[in-house]
Amino acid sequence: MKKLQDFTRNPDAVSFAVLAIVLVFILPTVLEIFRLNLVGKYLTYAYVAIGLVLSWGLGGILSLGQGVFFGLGGYCLAMFLKLEASSPENTAIQSTPGIPDFMDWNQLTALPWFWEPFHSFGFTLFAVIAVPVIFALIIGVAMFKRRVGGVYFAIITQAIAAIMTILIIGQQGYTGGVNGITDLRTLHGWDIRTDEAKYFFYYLNVALLFLVLLVACWITKSKLGRILVAMREREDRVRFSGYDVSNFKIFVFCVAAAFSAIGGAMFTLQVGFMSPSFVGIVPSIEMVIFAAVGGRHSIIGVVYGTLLVNWAKTTFSESFPELWLFAMGALFIGVVMAFPNGLAGLYTSYVKPLIGSIRPLLKERARLYETPDKGGPDMLNRGTAQ
Amino acid sequence: MINAQKNFALSIEGLTVSFDGFKAVNDLSLYVEEQEIRVIIGPNGAGKTTVLDLICGKTRATSGSIKFKGHELTRMKEAHIVQQGVGRKFQNPSIYEDLTVFENLEISYPKGRSVFGSLLFRRDDVVKDKIQEVSDVIFLGDMLDSPADLLSHGQKQWLEIGMLLIQDPELLMLDEPVAGMSVAERKQTAELLNRITEDRSVLVVEHDMQFVEDIAHRVTVMHQGKVLSEGSMEHVKADEKVIEVYLGH
Repeated sequence: MKKLQDFTRNPDAVSFAVLAIVLVFILPTVLEIFRLNLVGKYLTYAYVAIGLVLSWGLGGILSLGQGVFFGLGGYCLAMFLKLEASSPENTAIQSTPGIPDFMDWNQLTALPWFWEPFHSFGFTLFAVIAVPVIFALIIGVAMFKRRVGGVYFAIITQAIAAIMTILIIGQQGYTGGVNGITDLRTLHGWDIRTDEAKYFFYYLNVALLFLVLLVACWITKSKLGRILVAMREREDRVRFSGYDVSNFKIFVFCVAAAFSAIGGAMFTLQVGFMSPSFVGIVPSIEMVIFAAVGGRHSIIGVVYGTLLVNWAKTTFSESFPELWLFAMGALFIGVVMAFPNGLAGLYTSYVKPLIGSIRPLLKERARLYETPDKGGPDMLNRGTAQ
Repeated sequence: MINAQKNFALSIEGLTVSFDGFKAVNDLSLYVEEQEIRVIIGPNGAGKTTVLDLICGKTRATSGSIKFKGHELTRMKEAHIVQQGVGRKFQNPSIYEDLTVFENLEISYPKGRSVFGSLLFRRDDVVKDKIQEVSDVIFLGDMLDSPADLLSHGQKQWLEIGMLLIQDPELLMLDEPVAGMSVAERKQTAELLNRITEDRSVLVVEHDMQFVEDIAHRVTVMHQGKVLSEGSMEHVKADEKVIEVYLGH
């Protein structure tokens, strides 16, 4: 009982538990598999949003190119799945059997060297994290060691997102071009398109999301988290307190990239393809909006923010497809102007005080119920003694 | 060279910095002894703050040398200079307003300064005791849990001094530590400085002459990037050149 009380007094533990109940029990029960799979897809963006909470919310580093890391993670896994789907038996009708179909259409006659290692599942899992993180490391070192920051950094990341899209679309023989890498079928011979697989990936996705949330929570609560906040406010003060500020920025940027990459890989598994439309400027900015709506200082808040905005997007664009972009823009402006701390900010300023005023009432009621209980056994004892 | 034989904490020789041809500091030489409180005064634009910027590495020298305990600082990284034992307080109170007083001091605690060191940093009793000790010295002992943005201007100045103290620097540089303080706060700050400077050298830039008289061992008067006069407070006050460019106004 005491443990339970300690638990309910720890606000982080409670919000983790509530989110777990929603994602593990409520949504799978009320939603059919098609909708649940959509939720799973939305949750892959939440990984990106959590990364943004660390880099942007905590450290003040706004990246408008997180789609690049999401995409790299997703592409790495898609390459493995594509190779598995392109076995010589499956591709017997191609002029070069055994290579992915889009390569055959582009007159490639052999698998490019950088595709070769993706025959190995172990290497692929490594690459899903390593490729985006190394890329983020290069960008981070190039930018932060030269003290490029703020708006300039945001613009450069946006340019990188644009370049990446152009590169992928332009090199369609190697990347699948504008269609991306499609028609993914099996993972180690297990069909990933069945309902059973979709349920499995949904729960795997939720489990990984919680792992990422725990890591993010740990970073937020460590001294490193407070140094990031300090850096956001007074970079010079931190620097002249003996810290190499750029290393901290590079680290948090790489962590955000790693989170995004896991999200990208889970996207590929659940949606069954990866394409440049999840890499470029628009998806990257959308991901920032998810974080802003959820509340850029709250790792749990952005998960709800991502779910809510995506649910709105799906509902809205089913009826008014051409209006969605305007609605999205209006939403972003609205959030920034009216409630800059997003949903999480609304929760802490309105809902939490309400709970706070209910709690003493509950306690009072509990006390009223407990008192006669305590008297109870005592009176019984007295009764037997007489 | 009589100077070379003495034990100087900080020796600056021929220091020059030029911003697009304008020499903010021009062939400046300055020696600070161990455990000395040196105050730099001078009219606006004399280059006082620039000297502090040069020492802590915020601005890079065009020529000349800055030696601290025998180490050349002019090409060292900022963080490395701090690790050598140089602490710098900025002109406006530079504190982290979103953090508490405790967390402000904790960030300056000289442990866990690398990325992974800070991830694994633990707030143990040694850290807590040290923070309590320093906060008592800077009159904030019972405000450790308050957010720093609720402090008064004077308290913010003290907090930043405390953040330097916890680093235990051998050279403490303060840029206008009593600017914007009330008379009572100035007095308290002077006492504070006299107490904390027992085992370190201090370099202060200040305009408040009463405060300078209260704390200075020696005074350096700067004018147009150069040393105009140097010596005890009485000496510089009597110096005709100083009266003409600075005190006479």
